[in-house]
Amino acid sequence: MDYFLTFGHSPWGQQILTHVSWNLMWASLFAGVAFLVAHASYMVLSAHRKRHPDETDAMEAARPDLPQRIKRHSGAARAFHWVMAASMFTLLLTAFLPIAGVKFAWVQWHWMAGVVLTTSILFHVIHASFWLDFWSIWVGPKDLPELRAEVMRELGHDIPGPKPGKYPLGNRLYHLALVVVGLSVIASGLTMMVRVRTALLPRNPYLFSDSTWGFVYVTHGVAGVALVGLVIAHVYFAVRPEKWWITKGMIVGWITRRQYLEHHDPQRWIVAGTGRRGSETQSL
Amino acid sequence: MAVIRDVMPAFELFQPASSTDALSLLDRYGNDAWILGGGLDSFDWLKDRIKRPRYVIDLSGIDELKGIRERGGGIEIGAMTTLTEVVRHPVVRQRYAILMEAAEAAASPQIRNQGTIGGNVSQDTRCWYYRSGWSCYRAGGNICYADTPDSINREHAILGADRCVAVNPSDTAPALITLGASMVIRGGSGERIVDAEDYFIGPGTDITRMTVLRPGELLTAIRIPGDWAGATFYFEKIRDRQVWDFALVSVAAATVTAGETIQNMRLVVNAVAARPQRLIRVEEFVKGKPRNEATADAAGEMAIEGAQPLRFNAYKVPLMRNLVKRAIRGVGEWTTS
Repeated sequence: MDYFLTFGHSPWGQQILTHVSWNLMWASLFAGVAFLVAHASYMVLSAHRKRHPDETDAMEAARPDLPQRIKRHSGAARAFHWVMAASMFTLLLTAFLPIAGVKFAWVQWHWMAGVVLTTSILFHVIHASFWLDFWSIWVGPKDLPELRAEVMRELGHDIPGPKPGKYPLGNRLYHLALVVVGLSVIASGLTMMVRVRTALLPRNPYLFSDSTWGFVYVTHGVAGVALVGLVIAHVYFAVRPEKWWITKGMIVGWITRRQYLEHHDPQRWIVAGTGRRGSETQSL
Repeated sequence: MAVIRDVMPAFELFQPASSTDALSLLDRYGNDAWILGGGLDSFDWLKDRIKRPRYVIDLSGIDELKGIRERGGGIEIGAMTTLTEVVRHPVVRQRYAILMEAAEAAASPQIRNQGTIGGNVSQDTRCWYYRSGWSCYRAGGNICYADTPDSINREHAILGADRCVAVNPSDTAPALITLGASMVIRGGSGERIVDAEDYFIGPGTDITRMTVLRPGELLTAIRIPGDWAGATFYFEKIRDRQVWDFALVSVAAATVTAGETIQNMRLVVNAVAARPQRLIRVEEFVKGKPRNEATADAAGEMAIEGAQPLRFNAYKVPLMRNLVKRAIRGVGEWTTS
C-alpha cells in the first residue's frame, strides 16, 4: 500500500492518510514515455492508411465555395489554450521538480499558477457555453461508428465511415480525460489553498478532519501525477508531423481548405457562410 | 513534550577514523544512515524514538574534523570542534569575538563541552509539535500543527513561513553569516563550498530539511575569512532563562565605522524564521549613515517589515525591532577594536 499512498499519525495516535506516494509520479512519467515510444514505433512500422493526394484534390475541386483559410479557433479560444498551457506547465514543474530533487521555493508559484489555471478554465467554460458549439467537443454513444472507423483506418483498412466534425475523436477523448482530471486537481487545489498562506483566502487548517484532508491531498496528488502522463501525450501529439496542422491551427487560428476537407466531415463541421447547414450549425 | 525513554531503538554503530571512511559508509547506507556529531540533537531524536536509523555513523573518532587552523588570512574550524574549544581559542577571541560570544551563549557548559560547531549549525528545529513525531509538513505530512488557531506557538516564526513555522535554533549560525563564513561540504561527488548564508534553507525550498546538506554529504569544516576580523561586533540572544535555553530572538552584527559613520555592516537575526535572516535591506540602508538613535530607529522599523506573527509570538516583532536597534546603536557591544 505504501507504494501508492503514504500515511502518518495524528496527535491522537490515529493513522491518517497524508499523500499519494510520489512513486506514482515516476510511474506516470514512465507510462507517458512508454506510450510515446509505443505509438511512435507503431506509426513507423504500421500500415495505417494515408489518403492519396488525388482524393483530396478531388474534394477541393468539388468545394470551390469554401475559403482558402478555414477559421478553426477564435483569438479568445487560442488565448485561453496558451494561458492554460503556460499555467499547466508552471504547475507541473513547480509540483514535481522539487520531488525530482530540484529544490526551490515553489509553493507561491504553484498556487498562483493554479489561480491562473482556474480563472482560464472558468473563462473557457463561459466562452464555450455561449460563444462556441458547446457539444462539439464532447463524446457520446453517437461517436461509436466514428471510433470503429478510426480504429479500422489505423489498422490499414479503407473505411468510408464517418469522419470527425470540428474535433477529431482523439481530441474529444483527451478533452474528456482532462475535464475529469483537471476539475479534480482544481477543486482539490483550491481547497488546499486554505492550508497555506495566500492573499486570497483566510487560513483554516481545521476546515476538514485529518482524514478528509488526506482524501483531498490524495485526490490532488493522483490527478497531478495523471496530468504528467496526459501532458506528455498531448505534447507528443502536438509535435507529431501528421498532427502539426492541428497545432498550427491553435497558433494561427485557421487551417487550410485542403486540411478541412481531408480531415473533417463538412456535414458535421459546417463552415459559416457557405450556405450549407446541418445539425451542427456553429462552426467557429 | 515527548516522553524520553531510557532505551534507544537498536542500530548498528560505526566509528570511522577518517572522513573518507565516513563518506564511504554514508554512500553505502544512504537514507538509512544517521550522522552523529556531539549527539546533543541526535540523542533526543533517538531516545524519543521518533527517528529510528538503522546505521549510526559516529564522527567523534575523526581527528581531521577537529581543531581550529589559520588558513589564508582567516581560520578553518573543523566541524567536530566543540563549542568550548571555539570559545577558548585565542584567535577566535582576538579576531572573531562575535563567534566566541555566540558559541558561549549556546546551552550550558556541559553541553558546550560535548556539542560541536558542525552540530550547532546543522541541528534540527526545536518545534515541539515536529519533535513529538506527529505527521506535520516537516515530517512529511500535510499540516503544520504549530500554525492552527489554537496552537502553542510562542517560539515560532514571524518571517519566511511557508506552511511550516519552525525556526532555526542555532546560536553560532547568525555569527558565522555575519563573519562571511563558508561551509565545506564533502560528498560522493567531491567537495563543495557553500556560503554560510546559503547553507540554511527555508521550508519553501525544502520543508523537510534545515540545511543544504543532502543525504550522503558531510559538513567537514567552516572557513571564516579575515574580511570582518576585528570589526565592531554585537551579539545578543534573548531567551527565557540565561542558561540552557534556545533563543527567542538573537541578533548578530559586524560594523565598520569611520568616526560616527557606518561604512559597512552585516546584520543577521535568528529564531525568527526557519533559516537565519540576513537583513540586507537594513545593511544597505545604514551604510553611510551616522551610528545614532535615528538611524537605529529607522533600521529597526525596516527590519520587521513583512513580519507575520502567529497567535502567541507577536512579542517577537518588537523584540526583533529592538534588537536590531541595539545592534546598530552598539549598546553593550562586544568589540575587540
